Amino acid sequence: MTTMTIQDHQQAGPLAELNPASLPQSPAWLQPMREQALARFNKLGLPTTRDEDWRFTNVAPIRDALLELSPNGQAVTLSQRDADTCAVPGVTGSRLVFVNGRFNASLSSIKPLPQGVRVLSLAEAIETEQALLKTHLGKLADFEDQPFTALNAALADDGVVVCVPRGKQVDEPIYLLNITTADKPLLINPRNLIVVEESAAVTVIEDYVSLNGEGVYLNNAVTEVVVGDNAHATHYMLDRESTEAFNISSLYSRQGRDSRFESHTALLGGSIVRNNVTSVLDGEGAWSQLNGLYVIRGDQTADNHMRVVHAKPHGDSRQFYKGIMNDRAKGVFRGRIVVDPDAQKTDAKQSNQNLLLSPDAGVNTDPQLEIFADDVKCTHGATIGQLNEEQVFYLRSRGVPYDTARAMIIYAFASETIDRMGCEPIRRLLKGQLLDRLPAGEVLKKIL
Amino acid sequence: MLEIKNLHARIEDNEILKGLDLTINPGEVHSIMGPNGSGKSTLAQVLAGREDYEVTEGSITYNGKDLLDLSPDERAGEGVFMAFQYPVEIPGVTNTQFLHAAINAQRKYRGQDEIDAIEFLKLAKQKRQMMKIDDSLLSRSVNEGFSGGEKKRHEIYQMAMLEPKLAILDETDSGLDIDALRIVADGVNSLRGSDRSFVVITHYQRLLSYVVPDFIHVLYKGKIVRSGGKELALELEEKGYAWIEEQIEAAAV
Ligand SMILES: Nc1ncnc2c1ncn2[C@@H]1O[C@H](COP(=O)(O)OP(=O)(O)OP(=O)(O)O)[C@@H](O)[C@H]1O
Ligand SMILES: [Mg+2]
Repeated sequence: MTTMTIQDHQQAGPLAELNPASLPQSPAWLQPMREQALARFNKLGLPTTRDEDWRFTNVAPIRDALLELSPNGQAVTLSQRDADTCAVPGVTGSRLVFVNGRFNASLSSIKPLPQGVRVLSLAEAIETEQALLKTHLGKLADFEDQPFTALNAALADDGVVVCVPRGKQVDEPIYLLNITTADKPLLINPRNLIVVEESAAVTVIEDYVSLNGEGVYLNNAVTEVVVGDNAHATHYMLDRESTEAFNISSLYSRQGRDSRFESHTALLGGSIVRNNVTSVLDGEGAWSQLNGLYVIRGDQTADNHMRVVHAKPHGDSRQFYKGIMNDRAKGVFRGRIVVDPDAQKTDAKQSNQNLLLSPDAGVNTDPQLEIFADDVKCTHGATIGQLNEEQVFYLRSRGVPYDTARAMIIYAFASETIDRMGCEPIRRLLKGQLLDRLPAGEVLKKIL
Repeated sequence: MLEIKNLHARIEDNEILKGLDLTINPGEVHSIMGPNGSGKSTLAQVLAGREDYEVTEGSITYNGKDLLDLSPDERAGEGVFMAFQYPVEIPGVTNTQFLHAAINAQRKYRGQDEIDAIEFLKLAKQKRQMMKIDDSLLSRSVNEGFSGGEKKRHEIYQMAMLEPKLAILDETDSGLDIDALRIVADGVNSLRGSDRSFVVITHYQRLLSYVVPDFIHVLYKGKIVRSGGKELALELEEKGYAWIEEQIEAAAV
């Protein structure tokens, strides 16, 4: 008996149940994936805290936010100036601007690229890059037991496709600036595909920012990165969402032989933020580094789920995640390392360090190792601590006031993560934002 | 300059200082000696404002002010400096950032103009040469990976930069080889003057032959049990603390 009125259905929003009518128009080759994803999403439903993977994060507020699908084709007007204020200052290279999930060509600029390199919106690629998409789209982002990935696969109709052919190197980063101007609680499903062929190299920055620092909405992003043999891919995820917004980002990478993959993440905004990174080292001698920082306060939740899979021998993986929790904020770090039977001589490291700045702040950190090979090196370590009072006293004994002393130590803690990021404008932005959040940040700006 | 009267201090349930009196005038160098655990570092930390220690009785007057009323950073601003027996490592904070912040914070406290990076670096270079400290130290994190001797020299370098009025050196000489000891002693001597006082905590006479004190005090079980001139150090070195302990225990009977 389904006698739901139209109004009821709208009330429940797309997260209650996906209606086949809401699937975007797609060419026939893409339609089956969408339909499967829709069916899967409707079967799985939204996760609850009874799901092992979501034990620490309750997504009920996302469901209750009565999200609406981002309207199709209807571009929101935004001035160049507004777009520029949202951007990370100093990032050069090609910039692709998305407003509420829609590619905005007039705000974007694609710089001259090496021959054969393609950078285009997903909407356009669906028309023109059929072969590439057929080979790669959805191949890494398995939605079998991932409702948000399924949701994205069903609904995503814009994002970026980057393809760097064999031996080509893109020197300047490709900057995906996702601006949300939501005055309505939108559900946005950005979808990106980055293919870096043999011996090629590229850096892609995925940045989520809200126009006025406000608005309830969900960015449910999926990015797949295919890293060919001997290739080097660098990905940045910057979460600067509004304080009420939700961001669920799932990054999937698969690497070939002797390749390098770097993922850098900074979670600053959003009320509930989930950062999923799945890194598969599927070629001998691959190297992967997952480097991240979450700095949260108020009632924010930042939930990081890493899954590193060593499928072939001689792989090196590094996970470095640090969290700073203030007020009642809650951090989560779950890092799983899987070493397949074949993956001898794996060297996997994982470290998660957390700083709690308030008695009501909290963090759950949980390393998980599944090792099926015998000749491997796996180390993991997690720390949770308050600020070291001995260090604070040392600084104070030299005249540095309490707030400044604390700020210096917090800043130093975060800097280790930030300094691993090769992109100078991002380092500058993150350090600035960090200092802005510290009581004595202004004082520090003068000397750092 | 400094007047300590009947000072009692405890940590947790442990009373460590049990009625300590000490008066220091401007320009004087006082040395404090005493067996392990007698409370020397406790005194130094209480003077610097460490909050783990609770002062239960007595008073400390510094240049007419109640020192116990001031926070550690205010004390530093007033010219109190303590060289730590065990300097703490602060990963990620470079020596330059740290000292520049410290100098400017103190200047601000005293109502003086802050100094900019260029002035700071000039001053730092001059003091580094005096302390024979390698330039690479600048960009390294505070005390991180320093050898014991480097940490001690770095403490004196900070003192030279901050030019305090009252400097308390807690075993700055321990573990230094003779060259490093000379450098540290020269650093201290170059700062000696009619308006600057020192409290030199040490176990060894060796330092005191370079930095000649005006007074030597023996701290024993939380009290100063003996005071004298520089010859007391020689006597202690010769006879050890047992000699004093016996005298005290005998007097107590
Ligand atoms: N945090 C603490 N908790 C409990 N007792 C402490 C603590 N710190 C110091 N003490 C005790 O206080 C006493 C005095 O310690 P203090 O460090 O002042 O001695 P000291 O004279 O400096 O010794 P040393 O010559 O070994 O440096 C010792 O018995 C020590 O064990
Ligand atoms: Mg001591």
